[in-house]
Amino acid sequence: MKSIGVLMTCPMHKYLEQQLETHFNLFKLWHCNSSITEFLKTHQGNTIRAVVGDTNIGADAELIASLPNLEIVASYSVGLDKIDLRKCEEKGIRVANTPDVLTDDVADLAIGLILGVLRRICASDVYVRIGKWKDADFGLATKFSGKSVGIVGLGRIGTAIAKRAEAFGCSISYFSRSQKPFANYKFYSDIIDLATSCQILIVACALTDETRHIINREVIDALGPKGILINIGRGAHVDETELVSALLEGRLGGAGLDVYENEPEVPEELLGLGNVVLQPHVGSDTVETSDAMADLVISNLKAHFSNKPLLTPVI
Amino acid sequence: MGVSNTDSDKTQEEEQQDLPKVVLFRPPAAFSLIDEESFTSNKFHFLKTYDSQLPVDQFLSTHSHSIKAILSSAGAPVNADILQLLPEVGLVVTTSAGLNHIDIPECRRRGIKIANAGHVYSDDVADLAVGLLIDVLRKVSASDRYVRQGLWADKGNYPLGSKLRGKRTGIVGLGNIGYEVAKRLEAFGCFVSYNSRKKKPYVSYPFYHNVCELAANCDVLIICCGLSDETRHMINKQVLSALGKEGVIVNIGRGNIIDEKEMVSCLMRGEIAGAGLDVFENEPDVPKEFFAMDNVVLSPHRAVFTPESLKDLSQLVVGNLEAFLSNKPLLSEYVDKK
Repeated sequence: MKSIGVLMTCPMHKYLEQQLETHFNLFKLWHCNSSITEFLKTHQGNTIRAVVGDTNIGADAELIASLPNLEIVASYSVGLDKIDLRKCEEKGIRVANTPDVLTDDVADLAIGLILGVLRRICASDVYVRIGKWKDADFGLATKFSGKSVGIVGLGRIGTAIAKRAEAFGCSISYFSRSQKPFANYKFYSDIIDLATSCQILIVACALTDETRHIINREVIDALGPKGILINIGRGAHVDETELVSALLEGRLGGAGLDVYENEPEVPEELLGLGNVVLQPHVGSDTVETSDAMADLVISNLKAHFSNKPLLTPVI
Repeated sequence: MGVSNTDSDKTQEEEQQDLPKVVLFRPPAAFSLIDEESFTSNKFHFLKTYDSQLPVDQFLSTHSHSIKAILSSAGAPVNADILQLLPEVGLVVTTSAGLNHIDIPECRRRGIKIANAGHVYSDDVADLAVGLLIDVLRKVSASDRYVRQGLWADKGNYPLGSKLRGKRTGIVGLGNIGYEVAKRLEAFGCFVSYNSRKKKPYVSYPFYHNVCELAANCDVLIICCGLSDETRHMINKQVLSALGKEGVIVNIGRGNIIDEKEMVSCLMRGEIAGAGLDVFENEPDVPKEFFAMDNVVLSPHRAVFTPESLKDLSQLVVGNLEAFLSNKPLLSEYVDKK
C-alpha cells in the first residue's frame, strides 16, 4: 500500500502522521503555499486515493473535486460536519469516522465542565494561585449532585453523559429527533420545554442543517439565570452572539464550552468571566484516545484498500 | 430581630434567659456564607464568647450554669480546659464532619455526646473529589488558563491529557464520603479499590491492608479519611513513591494527612504526575511551588461551601440541639468506631 496516495488535511496527531507515513504515500496539505489546486497539480493529486481530515479541515466540495481518484475519506473525528457527505455519496466515495473510541473522553469532559462551572473549580484555582485565599471571601459554589440535567441528542455521547450524571443523583431528560425506546429518561419533543425543565443543558448532538444554532436566544432564556449551558458538540450549535450577551447580562447562569463558532477564536468577552470554563476543543484529547482514533483511521484505510469491510463506515 | 416596644423586648429577653444556652467561641463560616438565622431556634439561645468583652474563661464561668451545649467548628477547638469550665454541657455539636479539633476522650470521660455534620456534606465533597480528578487528568484548569491567555490561537493545541476509564483508583478511607466517591468513579469506568482501618464486610471493592500497597496498585489515590494520630502524614515519601510517576493524588480530607513538603518535592522531580488539593497543611498558606505547576489543581478548602449543603447543615445542627434538649436521640451522633 506504500504507493497509495493519502492526503492529510492538517497536523492533527503526530502518531497518526507517522502511521500514515509508514503505510502509505503521505501528502500533507499544510505544506501547501499556493492554492489547493496548484498544490495538488504539483504533488500528483491524481495519485491521492484517500483523505484524512478532522474537525478543522475535512473534505469539502472543492477538495473532493480536485481529487479525481478519491475513494475514501477517513475522518479523525466522529463529527461529519466538515465533510460534504452529499458529494461523497454522489461520487461513490466511502466515508469512515471514529465513533465509540472517544465517547468516554467527551462524556468525561462534559462532567468536568459542569463541575468546573458549578463548583467554580477553575475560578478558585486562579484565586489560590494569585494569593487571594488569605484576603477575600470566595463565596459559595453550587451543588451538582441531584440537579436536573437536560441532554440535547441522546446518541452514544449523550447516553454516556447521562450514565455519569445519574451516578451524581441527577434527574435526566432529553431532546432528540425521536424518542429512544430503551432510554429510561424523560423525553421532550420541544427543546424549549427541555431547557425550561432543567438546570444544566448539555449539547451532545451532531451538527447538521437542522441543529445549526439550535441553542438560540429562546432556549437560553428558557434555561435562565440559574441555568448553565455545556457545549461539547460543535460551536455552530450555539448562537454565540446570543450566548455572550446572555452571560454578560446575567440571563444565563454560566457556561462550559469546548467548542466555538470560529475556532481557535474565543469571544473576547468570555475571557474575563468567572462563571464560564473554556476549553480549546479537547473533548477527545487524551493520549489513549488520540492513539485509538489514529489506529481506527489506519484500520479503515487498510480495510478499504484490501477490499475488506470498513470498521466504522458512515457511507 | 427588628424594633418592638419595650414590653415585648423585655418579655423576649426574659424568655431567652430561660432558654438553655449554646455557647460558641467563633462564628462558623456558615453564619456568614448563608445566614445565622437558619441556625436559630426557639428552644435554645446562643451565647457568643466573641461578642463579649470578657475574657473567655470569665465569660464561661459567669454563664456555666446555663450552658448546656457547645456549637463548635473548625478553628474553635473543644479541649479539656474548656470542658472544665462548663460542667453542665452534655453535647458538643460541630459544623464539620471532621472531629480532630475535639478532645473526644475527654468528652467521653465526662459523658458528653458529640454530633457532627453527619452525611450532609458527602455529596458535595465527593463531587469535588471527582471534579478535581477530572481537572488534573484532563488539564481543565490549565487549558482554561491557556485559552484566556490567548495561547490557543498563538501556540496551537494544548498537550494531551489522560483518560479516566480504566484508571485504578484507590480510596483512602472508605467512609461515607469515600463510598460516594467510589460510586461516582465507577460510572466513569474506573476500577475502585481501598484501604481503611478495617475491611468493610458488604463492599465488593478490593481491600488493601496498608496504604502503601494500595498506592503500588493504583494510578490514582483519593484521600477521603479523617485526620487522626494514625493518619497524620500517612501519605509519605514511601507511599508517593509507590504511587509512581504516572500517579495522581487527590486530597479532600485534611492537609496533614499528606507530608506536604514531600509531595511538593515529588511533584517538582516528576515522581508523581499531578495533584488535586482542597486542603493543605497550613491553610490558607499554600506552598508557592504549586503556583508554577500546571499539573496541580488548587481549591481553597471549599468542598462544602454550597448553599444546598449549608442549608442542610443548619437543619442538622438545629435538629441535633433540639433533640438533645428534649432527650431525644441525636440525628448525627458520633460514635467511636472500635
